[in-house]
Amino acid sequence: MSVIIEIPTPLRRFTDNRSQVEIPTQEGHTVEQVLRQVVEAHPSLQRHLYGDDGRLRSFVNVFVGDEDVRHLDGPQTSVADGSRISIIPSIAGGRR
Amino acid sequence: MIDLSTAGVQLSPEEVRRYSRHLIMPEVGLEGQKRLKAAKVLIVGAGGLGSPLGLYLAAAGIGELGLVDFDVVDESNLHRQVLYGQGDVGRPKIAAAFDRLREVNPHIRLNPHETRLSSDNALELFADYDVIVDGTDNFPTRYLVNDACVLSGKPNVYGSIFRFEGQVSVFWAEKGPCYRCLFAEPPPPGLVPSCAEGGVLGVLPGIIGALQTNEVIKLILGVGDPLIGRLLLFDALGMSFRELKLKKDPDCPVCSEEPTQTELIDYEQFCGLGEEEQLPDDLDITPEILRQWLDDGRPLTLVDVRNPEEYDICRIEGSTLIPLHQLPERHHELDPQEITVVHCHHGPRSTRATLFLKDRGFQRAYNLAGGIHAWSQRIDPSIPLY
Repeated sequence: MSVIIEIPTPLRRFTDNRSQVEIPTQEGHTVEQVLRQVVEAHPSLQRHLYGDDGRLRSFVNVFVGDEDVRHLDGPQTSVADGSRISIIPSIAGGRR
Repeated sequence: MIDLSTAGVQLSPEEVRRYSRHLIMPEVGLEGQKRLKAAKVLIVGAGGLGSPLGLYLAAAGIGELGLVDFDVVDESNLHRQVLYGQGDVGRPKIAAAFDRLREVNPHIRLNPHETRLSSDNALELFADYDVIVDGTDNFPTRYLVNDACVLSGKPNVYGSIFRFEGQVSVFWAEKGPCYRCLFAEPPPPGLVPSCAEGGVLGVLPGIIGALQTNEVIKLILGVGDPLIGRLLLFDALGMSFRELKLKKDPDCPVCSEEPTQTELIDYEQFCGLGEEEQLPDDLDITPEILRQWLDDGRPLTLVDVRNPEEYDICRIEGSTLIPLHQLPERHHELDPQEITVVHCHHGPRSTRATLFLKDRGFQRAYNLAGGIHAWSQRIDPSIPLY
């Protein structure tokens, strides 16, 4: 089974400009495990997703489908075959 | 629905003619058009998003339209800020915008606020309006707009853009989550480039600003489903819209039942912008400085100018291989605006490469002193010495 990770524009320079990354996964795998796999495949994402304490940075929002994992089981939220995992960045542009 | 009174609001014969295509729709009708006329909307930022917002809200007949901006029109604004024309370059945006909006609709009242929105003036400014629209371009002002909306109980019609991507939502703490429920903290400075640094597709603010306008009008009319508790994502390249569910954060520092922040704060400091970016003047940086920059998440490009055979032996994670002899043809692959750190084995080749880049406008190019050898000895012993 596999899941799709949606990569937001600001992070695409770390994923060879790819907007989606497919990660093979197994039954019972969690968001945390999937994101670790993404970082293994694209190591320069590490410092953008994780802080020095090894935890997801507070401004990185992760959604499974259309649900914020903070309102599910956080990084321990399990994923299913075909799950779409989105990293939602803060973007600020609009005036200049 | 916004609390509005249409008692005493009348449409003149000219206004009836002008708004006739609104008036014949049951969702708007005479009462709806009167609601639009009774409404006061404040647009924060008269730029890319503010342009379609201003034009369509004025055309729709919003009775009182306020605009907050302190900038002047720059030529580089014109590819997306359709409120302005060539002849406006150098003029204050507020004056140029109001000339145009008066022409679009002479029946509405325009309130100029030629000032920088700040913690000192935001609550007072917002108090006079029914809906606040966020068309700003930086994190401190976005957090300020949000918090001032929460504190004053106003809906915040949010839109944001970056390159080919846009976000829209309605943050209204009385009825759903606020911006802080989603983005509790800003990213550290420098991690997310602004449009000035990252670029933006000219039509994108047109699309996102028009979607915000639609939400403003729905809130005023009280029709349809507002984007409360929903974040709409737009991808102009993939041409897709997606929607994510947002929930109120029970621990939100500003909009939860027991907020820890009950007044406006210093948002520059909150967003870590208290200090200007300090970059060394030297050509060389130490491995320790590079380590710090990487740990801080500072956006930078690490260029390895050794030969491919050496790169195969060992490399610093995240580096891009451009052998020194290829740099003259390949330097255009690098962004001259970005911090560029160049390294080789011990330093001599990368020193030449750094000087070469500096000559070509890479003002933030640095040489990693001691090369990958020093990096291995002082930072990452897992990298083999050779």
